[in-house]
Amino acid sequence: MSEPAKRFDRARIEKGISTGFAVAIFFFLLAPLAVIIPLSFNAEPYFTFTSKMLTLDPDGFSLRWYRDIAENPQWFQAIGNSLLIAISSTFLATVLGTLAAIGLARSNMPFRDFFMAILISPLVVPIVIAAGGMYFFYSSIGLAQTHLGIILAHTTLGVPFVVITMTATLSGFDRNLIKAASSLGADPITAFFRVTLPLVAPGMISGALFAFAASFDEVVTVLFLGGPDQRTIPRQMWSGIREQISPTILAVATLLIVFSSLLLLAVEMLRRWHTPPSASGR
Amino acid sequence: MGTAVAVDGFQLAEQFKRSGKRARRGTFLLVLPLLAFLTVSFILPIASMLNRSVEDGTVSQILPRTAAALRAWNGKGRPPFSAYSALADDLVQAQLQDSIGKVATRMNFERAGMRSLLIKTARVAQTFEPPYAQAFNAVDLQWSDPEVWGTLRHASALHTAGYYAAAVDETRKADGTWIEKPEDEQVYIMLFQRTLWIATVVTLLCFLLGYPLAYYIAHQSERTRNLLLILVLLPFWTSLLVRTTSWIVLLQTNGLVNDGIALIGGEGARLELIHNMTGTLIAMTHVLLPFMILPTYSVMLSVPPQLTRAAVSLGATPWTAFWRVYFPMTLPGAAAGGLLVFILALGYYITPALVGGRTGQMISNMIEFHMKTSLNWGLAAALGGILLGGVVVLYIAYARLIGLNRLRLG
Repeated sequence: MSEPAKRFDRARIEKGISTGFAVAIFFFLLAPLAVIIPLSFNAEPYFTFTSKMLTLDPDGFSLRWYRDIAENPQWFQAIGNSLLIAISSTFLATVLGTLAAIGLARSNMPFRDFFMAILISPLVVPIVIAAGGMYFFYSSIGLAQTHLGIILAHTTLGVPFVVITMTATLSGFDRNLIKAASSLGADPITAFFRVTLPLVAPGMISGALFAFAASFDEVVTVLFLGGPDQRTIPRQMWSGIREQISPTILAVATLLIVFSSLLLLAVEMLRRWHTPPSASGR
Repeated sequence: MGTAVAVDGFQLAEQFKRSGKRARRGTFLLVLPLLAFLTVSFILPIASMLNRSVEDGTVSQILPRTAAALRAWNGKGRPPFSAYSALADDLVQAQLQDSIGKVATRMNFERAGMRSLLIKTARVAQTFEPPYAQAFNAVDLQWSDPEVWGTLRHASALHTAGYYAAAVDETRKADGTWIEKPEDEQVYIMLFQRTLWIATVVTLLCFLLGYPLAYYIAHQSERTRNLLLILVLLPFWTSLLVRTTSWIVLLQTNGLVNDGIALIGGEGARLELIHNMTGTLIAMTHVLLPFMILPTYSVMLSVPPQLTRAAVSLGATPWTAFWRVYFPMTLPGAAAGGLLVFILALGYYITPALVGGRTGQMISNMIEFHMKTSLNWGLAAALGGILLGGVVVLYIAYARLIGLNRLRLG
């Protein structure tokens, strides 16, 4: 074989290996999610594919686990609680986080790095320590076993997502636009709502979606602070997994996968909208 | 004329300074609401919990006379007679006020058996008559052991290092010196070591899987890149509980993976892949992998491809070009991802609780146990204090070396 042909062969082999490796890692990342979806339609209460499923026999599939959710008032209460808590805490986190991020993005912010570190810290502090501290403290002021207590806890945990996304958005924001607005006679409030807000809205919405997803998936503070009236979807799943894992859990998981895919698509579309395709250097 | 300019200039500078100050105050006011909120909702709660790790009012509050009498004793030899009569009075009071259970439980953390000893003695303390020492010994001969009194004496201080000592498997002798606990009672050092080990292994696994994948994605066309990146973000956005559920489904003894293994190696080949350390490692790597891929990928995108080409044109083999040029330039991204993965892994709770079984538990699970089951809040706070200390040091290192503005979410 001639020299160039050999090199060409080697390049092809290398490319094949690297593609194979990448496919394997993607398989590791995605297979667990992909497997849940068909299994949630299993007609039998098993966690493996029955022979009927493998031959695509319609008898092997059923919606019984989805009917289980629909007929169980506990799941309905959990969905209601999750939505109420996630929407309230997202709202609070977005308002507080956006204001703070605007302050952090200004060049005259004193001790910026220090405050930034404090505001992001709920992301890295071990959740058991945060939840344990809240448990004692909120109990002493009567907030344990209330919706408000969990909303405040989830606001705390959602704040870093808003701050991170918003400071990143604002770092690309041209402050001269505000100066231009005020030179044209806009007062600071008008300039904020008519100039700043429309420009940073995509970043703000992504941050809010992150905070929403974080609250919607949070279980540890609910375990510490919540009573029977504050059971959320993750809390229901938690006891489902711990006690007797039933295929109903798989049906819920499938619905959550669909839901989070929609959230992800929303964030990705916001990103496209925010960054013009030519400058998509991330 | 000249002086007037100087005065004007001075005033101007003064005005600038003042308006600058006002603007700074305005900027700070934007951050203030969130800062105030976090102080009340997050920082104060954690601080007051950590305070429990050194605070120790129980014994001196419920047994105040005993505490005073024992403070006068140097802890050597026999306790003073005044301690016996003081304890008799205090126990009668505690029995009447129903607080004996609390102090007995507290004392049991110091020394096993103290709970039943105190409760048993308090029940009959009302009948005690001088000489008290003999009355105590008549109830239980343990009261003749100076070590019991020494334990009481140490526990009646207002502050204690005892919880931190217990958190590193040390115990106190009656004379106040610290020694290691007997080996079969040592738990926490081993748990801390295991936590560090799990975090290290998970970080390494994330690097071994994440770096090549980031490399692969970064070297595709822009369209493919964006598509592949969404595939990385999909598990990132999926509920942690959903992902943990999937791993249980996949890895359990009759799960899909084991069905596959049985198909190849026969029924006897089934492995225990979940509810142990293996399960914790697999599930945690899966959850934390995107935190490694994303920063590595974004640094790789910023490396100009000409650099490796230049290296090759200068005679380097592709491997040398990668190793000497590309890898050092992308290392900061991998380091940022790795440090974040490590920090997050140290405090992991949910995954080990659900798939860790007995051998895959981490320190967070023990903290939760002491908070909610054994109710030894002081020890929980001490274990939490040590864990939080480690995390804070690494977090500061992250902020200093990498910069918090480099934290990106997808």
